[in-house]
Amino acid sequence: MASEPAAVFICEASRENKPGQVSGRSCRHQSESESDLGPTAKSLARLCSRDAEERAAALDELGQAVLACLGLDRPAVARLGKQTLLHLLRLSRSCPLQDVRERAADLLRTAQERGVEIPRALALGPSAFIPAKEMLKEGPDQDVLLEAFLSLGRVDHITMVMAMHPSYLSCFLRTQHALLELDGPLPRPWRHYIAVMAAARHQCSYLVQQHSAGFLEVGGEESWLGGLEFVPTKLRSLQTLNKLLAHRPWLITQQHIQELVCPGAESRWSLAELIHAVVLMAHAHSLSSFVWGCGLNPEPDHIGGYTFYPPSPSNLPRSPHSPAHEDGRQELADGGMEVEVLMKRMVELQQQQEEECSQEEMLTRFERERSESIPTAVVRGAPPDVVLRLVEDPEFIYEDFAPRGEQAPPTMRAQDYSWEDHGFSLVNRLLPDQVGQLLDEKFQVVSNLTYHRMAMHEGVDTHTLRKALWNYIHCLYGIRYDDYDYGGVNVLLERSLKVFVKTMACHPEQTTARIYHAFWRHFRHSEKVHANLIVMEARLQAALLYTLRAITHYMR
Amino acid sequence: MEKMSRVTTALGSSAFSGRTMFCHLDAPANAISVCRDATQVVVAGRNIFKIYTLEEEQFVEKLNLRVGRKPSLNFSCADVMWHQMEENLLATAATNGAVVTWNLGKPSRNKQDQLFTEHKRTVNKVCFHPTEVYMLLSGSQDGFMKCFDLRKKESVSTFSGQSESVRDVQFSMKDYFTFAASFENGNVQLWDIRRPDRYERMFTAHTGPVFCCDWHPDDRGWLATGGRDKMVKVWDMTTNRAKEIHCVQTIASVARVKWRPERKWHLATCSMMVDHNIYVWDIRRPFIPFATFEEHKDVTTGIVWRHQHDPYFLLSGSKDSTLYQHMFKDASRPVDKANPEGLCFGLFGDLAFAAKESLISSDANRKPYPGGDRRYPIFFFKKPDPTEQFAHVSSALSVFETDLDSNRMDWFVKTARLYLLSGKPFAELCDHNAKVARELNRPQVSTTWTMLRIMFSDPANLTTPGPNHNISKLGTLPLMNSFSMKEMGSGMGSESRLERSKGESRQDNIHLEPGNSHISNNNDENEETEGSEGQAEYMFGDAELDDDDLYSMEHDNQTEEQEYILPQEAFQLRHEIMDNPSAPEHLQQDKADSPHVSGNEAEVMCLTPIESFSLISISQPLFSPHLPASFFCPVVREMLSYYAEQGDVQMAVSVLIVLGDRIRKEIDDLTQEHWYMSYIDLLQRFELWNVSNEVIKLSTCSAITCLNQASTTLHINCSNCKRPMSNKGWICDRCHQCASVCAVCHHVVKGLFVWCQGCSHGGHLEHMMNWLKSSSHCPAGCGHLCEYT
Repeated sequence: MASEPAAVFICEASRENKPGQVSGRSCRHQSESESDLGPTAKSLARLCSRDAEERAAALDELGQAVLACLGLDRPAVARLGKQTLLHLLRLSRSCPLQDVRERAADLLRTAQERGVEIPRALALGPSAFIPAKEMLKEGPDQDVLLEAFLSLGRVDHITMVMAMHPSYLSCFLRTQHALLELDGPLPRPWRHYIAVMAAARHQCSYLVQQHSAGFLEVGGEESWLGGLEFVPTKLRSLQTLNKLLAHRPWLITQQHIQELVCPGAESRWSLAELIHAVVLMAHAHSLSSFVWGCGLNPEPDHIGGYTFYPPSPSNLPRSPHSPAHEDGRQELADGGMEVEVLMKRMVELQQQQEEECSQEEMLTRFERERSESIPTAVVRGAPPDVVLRLVEDPEFIYEDFAPRGEQAPPTMRAQDYSWEDHGFSLVNRLLPDQVGQLLDEKFQVVSNLTYHRMAMHEGVDTHTLRKALWNYIHCLYGIRYDDYDYGGVNVLLERSLKVFVKTMACHPEQTTARIYHAFWRHFRHSEKVHANLIVMEARLQAALLYTLRAITHYMR
Repeated sequence: MEKMSRVTTALGSSAFSGRTMFCHLDAPANAISVCRDATQVVVAGRNIFKIYTLEEEQFVEKLNLRVGRKPSLNFSCADVMWHQMEENLLATAATNGAVVTWNLGKPSRNKQDQLFTEHKRTVNKVCFHPTEVYMLLSGSQDGFMKCFDLRKKESVSTFSGQSESVRDVQFSMKDYFTFAASFENGNVQLWDIRRPDRYERMFTAHTGPVFCCDWHPDDRGWLATGGRDKMVKVWDMTTNRAKEIHCVQTIASVARVKWRPERKWHLATCSMMVDHNIYVWDIRRPFIPFATFEEHKDVTTGIVWRHQHDPYFLLSGSKDSTLYQHMFKDASRPVDKANPEGLCFGLFGDLAFAAKESLISSDANRKPYPGGDRRYPIFFFKKPDPTEQFAHVSSALSVFETDLDSNRMDWFVKTARLYLLSGKPFAELCDHNAKVARELNRPQVSTTWTMLRIMFSDPANLTTPGPNHNISKLGTLPLMNSFSMKEMGSGMGSESRLERSKGESRQDNIHLEPGNSHISNNNDENEETEGSEGQAEYMFGDAELDDDDLYSMEHDNQTEEQEYILPQEAFQLRHEIMDNPSAPEHLQQDKADSPHVSGNEAEVMCLTPIESFSLISISQPLFSPHLPASFFCPVVREMLSYYAEQGDVQMAVSVLIVLGDRIRKEIDDLTQEHWYMSYIDLLQRFELWNVSNEVIKLSTCSAITCLNQASTTLHINCSNCKRPMSNKGWICDRCHQCASVCAVCHHVVKGLFVWCQGCSHGGHLEHMMNWLKSSSHCPAGCGHLCEYT
């Protein structure tokens, strides 16, 4: 034993277990360091330690570094870099650890006293629709937030809003982590870039900025963000698929797959890469729906999320990119009635002896839901430039189905291609590790999620309502369940809810506070977020099913 | 158990005759079922519901049950079953949740008999009781199983699966009252038909949905289940706990499983996705299908044995809208196609070879190896019924070890270590590498490097070292060298070889056969060896080959050069030696010349670009400065392919890296990627991690460079509490201790941490380096003799 030639291994006991992030951080730090003498990226990362002492030490260090910078004899503006300030701002607002939050706020105050212009977050909370205090009240689950902070280094608005449903959140974070960070066929910068491309389709500047930052952190080439003409052909060739997947997934055919998988060696996609990209795109599309649907505010360090101007009492500077605050909270008259009526209908529907309907009748009901005209044309200002230059053919959007009978796109029968039987197997076959498992788990969690309550009532079986919502979204995407009576959708989903769901699923960028507040007026916000989650997952599954079916046909 | 009166037809199994045949359906089928006397088959699907009679030569459509102007969704069938007692009775499960029975005896066109709409969602399965005429069971997506008495209008009992979707229900062949149900969450439940309140037994059979189950027809209490996890499992239900007794791993999720009649160990499966074949497995040999039916062009959705006592006819329906009758005698037997020989190289030239015992023993010409034949084959026989059993299986595994002295991969390791691939000017890199090759007695490689430098360097730089010098040196070197190599080769080939062969054969040797294909990972390396049928002598064939390349290449290179420097010598040299390698050749007779042939071919290839000659003659003046480097690209490209083809992928990759942009455009990306992958694979086998990483880093293929971005997580355990560390590298969440303390300075290490694999103590890289310079003991005082390499 003694003289055994002990091989010596070198490892970087890195600050974090995610090397990509580490290198990214230091890389960003380098770019900052020219103008910025502020606290190192390292000390910011140390704040994510699980050990309280360690955090305290990091906080001290951070404080000293900031103070040292402030002490320097330099013009005030140049003393603390913008990035540092924004970091501090973000920490002071969103860190689930109280010590960190307070200290960051302290430091900002100190800086301000020393004459540094400090930024100010524009948004009052993570969401423009949901009051911040609601979120705190209903999201008592600090553990899951803490976990998110410790592993991601930040708690973004998506996480905060989803934290109302902790069981879903943990599942969501795991899936996202697996898609973006863990081993997979695509290089990491590409994954973020694909997410950027996808989010840009829905003009979701929130996700675009978030993934752009992620893209740069893992060493992506900055010029790519300048527009699609700067990226490799291979990535660019995804555009068509991205477009279809975002707006009209039913048009995806095996030819589209073939075009990507078969061309010359340079830009050829392998099936594994393609599936990875498809899952990423579908994920980003549906997440865009969620972001719009919950009216998420830009992060404090996003464009439009902060300002260096002091608040003026009269004229609040409002960024055009954040969802407008329209007070849709209207009178709450006779509201209690609505909920009761809905509950009664649910019970009726559940007990109702299946009356024999002709096939025509069933088809009519399906088509009626599918083609019901729901006005969704609130035109928003042009999307920011960051987003627009990443979109090709921005005119291509979800298309209302033609009136019944006229060239309606073919329906997909859920029984012929389902996630459980077919989609899962394909994803699992082509993607390594657990992406398939995680998606499967996520679908299951969301379809079983319930708190047995509705608005002010407890102990309610909400299954029929959730089912109706899920099937309605699939119906909008042309997926039909033979064993579902679409009359139920009409009974259970009020028109304002349909407006919301359809807007969110099909034209998410047009969601407004008015639409959000108009439906389910007596329900809690967490229940509305729950509805949001259902829409998002149903949409994800629908898009995946169409693409996976095309891939299956291609493989045949 | 004699309650079970199986209907045994008087007809023996040979009473049917027929052939493999098929007919087109109008629409994809979802399920099929046969009637008791095996003369008719019903096909059901979303848009089809027909009965066909099975005639000798063809299927004949007998009845279309899908009637009406616009058939309702009740006709959209997920499953169908023909009653095994009552030949006019059929049941279907509809996608809209209806359970429908059909009475063929009805005089009207519409044969629909009963309609049960009790299920809320798609019914996945219907199953008649094997002996009771009126008992029908259904399993649905809504999580309920219902038992119907066909004399009543509604179900007699409902069994709840706790809102888990039911995928399959099957009455037991053994117990009158028992049925099995399989669920979407991976569970299988056993129920007593008389007790709807609670299942008798439940166990988790698969991860993910269990799509199908089937009781063994021979009263054995065996249940086969198939799941999305691509497994078929056979459970023994007679014991207290369901015990998994066999497991077959397939390549895709298992949609249906059916025991083969009259064959205790056989079952047929088909898949739900991707894979269109039907497999018949012998569960005792789960690694290779016993028989395969490959006729379908889309997934097979229904399989059924034509008659419950006839194992030779299998019917199947598919999404490709065809109905097939497969004859067992026409099935393909993968085991026949599987390569019965397996061959694999150890890193240092050891060779493992598994082959059919018969093949080896019948090889009379084989020389006994010095040291005696020490193979100990163990035979694995089965009853010799050629069509119904796996073909006679017995194989022997031999391991041939090479003698350490002739450990021929030394050069590879050394070369890999010593080559410089970047960091210096091009010319210096070439010179350095040429020197390395020369020192390792690889003159041809050395020359190639020199040539490359000459071709691609600026003419100005070139004049300094004096090409003459190099060339003349090379002119002599290979000569001596090749002689010695040859001698060595022939000498050892005949006697001085230390050859041991171990024979060893366990039952699992058999697995080697199908696995054969991926054994030869580095195709480049193995190409020649496969040609030589795995005899150990091939090694020397390879050695000759080296001589061969040597000259073929040298010829190429030197002609260009020596046109004007050493005119005749070069050609003489070549011819002189070209003749010689035939000397050891006859040792191996015909086998050995396969590498030769390839060598010659390659040589011809290298010589073909005649333009080079012409151009050289044009550029008579020494090193015409006008000659663009790109002019040489085709030659170099051929040279690289040649090396790669000869198995020296190292050379190909090294040159590729050193030349960089000068040549990259000339070679298509896939080839490059292939070379890189082969070389990296080799390097990693030799544990040359640093070199392989350097190669990955220097490569320009995106597919390669991303290799070292994958699997970058390093999991470590806390040195105090031995639990995994979750987040930060240096502090443990659980025991709140700093885990990675430097053994020298006792401070926490953040950054590069180095530790001894023997005693797991370590610390700052510099500290450890300094410490171990002066002391050989571990700085932690544990007494371990650490070594810093």
